[in-house]
Amino acid sequence: MIVELGHFALILALMVALVQATLPLWGAQRGDARLMALAGPAAGLQLMLVAAAFAALTWAFVVSDFSLAVVVSNSHTAKPMLYKVSGVWGNHEGSLLLWVLILAIYGAAVAVFGGNLPVRLKARVLSVQGMIGVAFLAFLLLTSNPFWRLELAPLDGQDLNPLLQDPGLAFHPPFLYLGYVGLSMAFSFAVAALIEGRIDAAWGRWVRPWTLAAWIFLTIGIALGSWWAYYELGWGGFWFWDPVENASFMPWLLAAALLHSAIVVEKRESLKAWTILLAIMAFGFSLIGTFIVRSGVITSVHAFANDPERGVFILMILGFFTGGALVLFALRAGVMEARGVFALVSRESAIVANNILLSVACFVVFIGTIWPLVGQMLLGRDLSVGEPFFNAAFTPFMVALALILPPGAMLAWKRGDLRRGLRALVPVMVLAAALMALGFAMQTGRTALGPLGLGIGAWVLFGAVADLWARTGREGFANRFGRLARLPRADWGKVTAHGGLGITIFAVAAMMAWKVEDIRVVQVGETFPLGRYDVRLDEVREVEGPNYLSTMGQMTVTRNGAVVAVLSPEKRVYPVAAMPTTEAAIDYGFWRDIYLVLGDKQKSGGWAVRSYIEPFANWLWGGCLLMALGGLLSLSDRRYRVAAGVRRLPAGVPAE
Amino acid sequence: MRGARKGCWANCASYILALLLLATPVLAVQPDEMLADPVLEARARAISREIRCPVCQGETIDDSNAPISRDLRLIIRERLVAGDSDEEVVDYVVDRYGEGVLFKPRPEGANLILWLAGPVLLLAGIAVAIAAGRRRTAPDAVLSAEDEARLEEILKK
Repeated sequence: MIVELGHFALILALMVALVQATLPLWGAQRGDARLMALAGPAAGLQLMLVAAAFAALTWAFVVSDFSLAVVVSNSHTAKPMLYKVSGVWGNHEGSLLLWVLILAIYGAAVAVFGGNLPVRLKARVLSVQGMIGVAFLAFLLLTSNPFWRLELAPLDGQDLNPLLQDPGLAFHPPFLYLGYVGLSMAFSFAVAALIEGRIDAAWGRWVRPWTLAAWIFLTIGIALGSWWAYYELGWGGFWFWDPVENASFMPWLLAAALLHSAIVVEKRESLKAWTILLAIMAFGFSLIGTFIVRSGVITSVHAFANDPERGVFILMILGFFTGGALVLFALRAGVMEARGVFALVSRESAIVANNILLSVACFVVFIGTIWPLVGQMLLGRDLSVGEPFFNAAFTPFMVALALILPPGAMLAWKRGDLRRGLRALVPVMVLAAALMALGFAMQTGRTALGPLGLGIGAWVLFGAVADLWARTGREGFANRFGRLARLPRADWGKVTAHGGLGITIFAVAAMMAWKVEDIRVVQVGETFPLGRYDVRLDEVREVEGPNYLSTMGQMTVTRNGAVVAVLSPEKRVYPVAAMPTTEAAIDYGFWRDIYLVLGDKQKSGGWAVRSYIEPFANWLWGGCLLMALGGLLSLSDRRYRVAAGVRRLPAGVPAE
Repeated sequence: MRGARKGCWANCASYILALLLLATPVLAVQPDEMLADPVLEARARAISREIRCPVCQGETIDDSNAPISRDLRLIIRERLVAGDSDEEVVDYVVDRYGEGVLFKPRPEGANLILWLAGPVLLLAGIAVAIAAGRRRTAPDAVLSAEDEARLEEILKK
């Protein structure tokens, strides 16, 4: 019964979305206040209905209602409760329901927090949001209905893919979707502004918090996914340039570009057309990402759900929204004249450079991702594109971006002085060069990647610190220190996010360059050296988990005789899903992770063991976290809460 | 009742476990494949990180558990020991399994589009930005320094 109520609620939500997509838009066109006023309540009602449907599906998973097809194929009575709940979105149908739920949450958030938006703009934004809702609710109900009943309910389910039974991955999809779908807000604002025919500073101010929020969620979601790959897949890798990873990375790159260019719209009333285009493309790439993941058109290790019929439907949604928005964009290009002018050397130009590099980088990822498809369909050739290509073709743009970031971030608006900016960065340059030299000195006969990454990372990180310091004026040390605390949160946010990027760049290079790997056969009781450590395989035993069987090793890591860690790498078998997994054992540390993987028993009696020292691994996730934190700081700047909606803030007046 | 069910479950499970242990090696590169010479072994690893497992799409033969990947890893080591250069080894594999095994398509023919897409787009982006910037700053040049200062004051910037 509850399941039927959920199903019914979902159908009602589609009806409500149809109303939300049409009537307020029409009302805004004709100036009918009553029709426009429908938008808010419709968005709220849509959220309630979708939430009810989601709750019904969750309930079905929690009580293991095996009359539902999705529950049978993705759950099992013996599964721990956390994974029964996360199983709701661990499959195609449920994850799309989550997608629609988050879309409805964003829509309702505009209705609630958008009090300071002009009525017409608000009605149009909510209508566009409603259209996206219609498309995805229809997709859900027509091709991927999670409430599909089975005529004969089996006694037990087929279990969730064991790789997905993991706390890191339980929360990875919701964050990623909060990001993907968050970009729909930027899209809706862009389309509404195009219909309206007006884009001004206030528009930039409204759209930026939403973009920022989406970008924060994407950052966390991608970091969680990468962390999961690191500890779960057992190769010690953190990024595989897999199509599905790329699908989340492309919107991230464009969202990063968008949130920078929206600053220019807001502060300088320039780059309007470009920002609108970015907003459309960022959401377009979210849809492309959904298409890549959900259609399985590009084969990938992630292909949990592949079905060409669904792919065609999503392709139609993609074509309608991106195509429609681009046509609208072409028709309205005239209204987006820039007001603010700027010189070649200026903060605006630096942001343009940032945008070009991020967009090109995104395009490189895109073409690399679809190239095998192009090869197959147009060239008739079997082609693969993987990590070696992306390392070679993508990295240069990121290096260029990192090099221009510190001086670019310090340039003045409108017309800057590059020499003055660079002079302030001389100490940073010296420090980065010294660290790079130190890196070269401490390693012999290895790739230059490590020291270069160290130098570039330090340049970005300390450049951000110098940027912050430069903002405190020039009136003596104590004065400047005091002023540091009074700087607006947005300044702190900028520095934190840029610093986080520097740390991430360094950690990526360090992990790729300085990783130590050891593969060997180890007898029980035997000790082997790993870098500066000694590792002993103490014992291997069989252990029974709640829904799996485990072969668990116990390994003691020592350094000069002192015990550093006792680790238990496992090999698990999930009998219901008939799938083996490796559970690496990791000793997390500030400077390095020790990463042990237990392999197969050998004919000779020993065990195959893979061990790694992963240098600065935690700096990678730490850097990502700092980026997200920077975004959060910027989002919490009171200027956004207080002044949102004010057409133009008189510049020069302190924000207090 | 519950205990009985669990017992059966554990039995079946250990049976399946035994089957799986026989069928699938969990690790990719096995200790017994590795060459004694660390320099040759490092070259072998570097090569096998650029070759796709022919039957499993997204994985390199370095990561893959498929038997064919193991064969390929052994072939690569055989060729290296025989004295082939890295290029010769890669050619040897491509000749037998097709260009699809290369994770980094060779920059020739249609693949040039893939390789040049980024740089070309970058140049185009810079050109468009400079052209747009010229248009944008053009009226600015008409203003005298005095006017500009006044404008600056009006804009309070």
